[in-house]
Amino acid sequence: MVNYAAMTFTLAFRNLFHDRIRLAVTMVGILFSIVLVAVQLGLYLGARNIIVSMIERSEGDLWVMAYATKNFEEGQPINARERFTALSIPGVAKAVPLIVSFTDWRKPSGGSTLVVVIGSDAEDGGLRPWNVVEGDVSGLGARDAVIIDKTYLTDLGVSNVGDTAQIGASRVRVSGFTDGIRSFTVSPYVFTTTNRARALLDMPADMITYVLIKLEPGADAEAVRAILRDKLPDSEVLTKAEFRDRSLNHWLFATGAGVALIGGAILGLVVGTVIVAQTLYSSTKDHINEFATLRALGSSSGYIHRVILAQAALSAVLGYALGMVIALTVVYLSERTALPIVMTPSLAALLLALTVAMCAVSALSAIGKVMRIDPAVVFNR
Amino acid sequence: MSADGTNTLTEPSLAPAGSHVVLDARNIVKELGHGARKTRALKGVNLTLNAGELTLLMGPSGSGKTTLLSILGCILTPTEGTLTIASHPTAGLSPEALAGLRRRHVGFIFQSYNLFPTLTAEENVRIALDVRGERGSDAVVRAQRALQQVGLRHKLKSYPANLSGGEQQRVAVARALVGAPSVMLADEPTAALDSENGVAVMQLLSEIAKDTSRAVLAVTHDPRTIPFANRVLRIEDGLIVGEERRAEGVETVHQLARNRKRKANA
Repeated sequence: MVNYAAMTFTLAFRNLFHDRIRLAVTMVGILFSIVLVAVQLGLYLGARNIIVSMIERSEGDLWVMAYATKNFEEGQPINARERFTALSIPGVAKAVPLIVSFTDWRKPSGGSTLVVVIGSDAEDGGLRPWNVVEGDVSGLGARDAVIIDKTYLTDLGVSNVGDTAQIGASRVRVSGFTDGIRSFTVSPYVFTTTNRARALLDMPADMITYVLIKLEPGADAEAVRAILRDKLPDSEVLTKAEFRDRSLNHWLFATGAGVALIGGAILGLVVGTVIVAQTLYSSTKDHINEFATLRALGSSSGYIHRVILAQAALSAVLGYALGMVIALTVVYLSERTALPIVMTPSLAALLLALTVAMCAVSALSAIGKVMRIDPAVVFNR
Repeated sequence: MSADGTNTLTEPSLAPAGSHVVLDARNIVKELGHGARKTRALKGVNLTLNAGELTLLMGPSGSGKTTLLSILGCILTPTEGTLTIASHPTAGLSPEALAGLRRRHVGFIFQSYNLFPTLTAEENVRIALDVRGERGSDAVVRAQRALQQVGLRHKLKSYPANLSGGEQQRVAVARALVGAPSVMLADEPTAALDSENGVAVMQLLSEIAKDTSRAVLAVTHDPRTIPFANRVLRIEDGLIVGEERRAEGVETVHQLARNRKRKANA
């Protein structure tokens, strides 16, 4: 195979490196494309992770909620009795109340910011804060205690465990920090107990936002859901996957945020393809007499295609390697921001495939040009 | 000239004893352009090339030399007529099949050498084998042997830019030679060379033509090449108008053009 590809590869390699300026332009095109696509798709993945993080981290197999709830953060109150009704259904192991609502956080230094209060009792195991880097979840049992994420310390106007702020008319005291629990709405999450959440949100004692249903081992989720729907006609029952998809659909597509990210990625691919196609076409045009000579020597169309495709593949691999260095640097720099860019092995593999595909598509115009060569030009030079 | 207006001068060929026909072109007509701009570049050429012979095709500019060379090399297809190379008829073959015939049976030498500037001399020769699917160490050895045959064993790793015109043309000869083609077609092989290099290249072609499995045809304007030829064909206005067989020392130049003019005047 090495021998088989040797001369086509050699010719492609030498053609590519023969004109350094054109090579640089090609690389810029691929770099621009890869970095833009990596950032856009990385932001998309990052946003996706953030949007689903609360739902994924919960222990609820089924979620009971107000009808037409669009996403996790915007749940409407339902009657707390729903929880007890749910508990009476065979197959339900646990029914955990969860309170979620936007409210204002008043900074100690003045001013306020919108936060999402999450009320859940740690002992119920519904939705506990994770990645706790300072303090302890059990600390939420203390008076006025809340846990917030380190990412938002500046936004919340606090800096240390023990600092106090105000939600509504009540004082809250920071009892711990999590690390990396971001909010897609940019409103920081504030973890506390259900009772304290009710108090902070001025919510009636008989109201909650969600009931998280934990099924007994072996229970049929669809069968339990059917009974729940029957018994709880005023509420909607979704599986964890359904609620995750609904939240994603709302934030990424109904708001247009995801469309913008994916659109940006497609734009990057288009621009990259155009730049690479233009430079590859121009390179092929410059070497047209050599391709005509190859044709005169009796090379098959496939042989010439391989030379051009090898040139495109070399450009792709080189551009990908350089592009990934820049993309990974951007990913690293975004790690501490509110919306980190995510790079996964799958995304890296997808980027490589996209780059190779982009260069292969770019090669089509060059191949078209070569296929239109009149080999008789070899006699007219 | 035959009743249908085609030239039958080279039929039957005065081939030397023991040689055989490796290329046979009959009644080749080529029309170029379309509509009102259509012209007949070749008007019914009959031509055979015999193994073991160096044939020169001479004629003024615009006489159809290059068009004929392109057709004989399966680069252009004739509008009318038949072409057989190494017993393979070309009629009706697809461009890919014609390319296959070219790489198996035809070697080209170009006026401007047409070497790949980014490849070394050895690679330039080896690529002719590569397109035939012949690769690996055997191909390298054959390429080196071909370069040795043209006296460039010491220039294997040189790039065309570092070779003189004569050396570049010898690399081109080695490239045409390495695939052991039945027919070698050379387009003005000495036009870009000085006298000394021109003679050297013609000597080389003359030597190559002594191989009884191969015919060599060179299109040329250069009268210095005539002493090396076994046969000289003259083409004018899309027709072969004269043939001189030099090997036998017999002057058989048929001044058909002059005769045609004379007839026309009469």
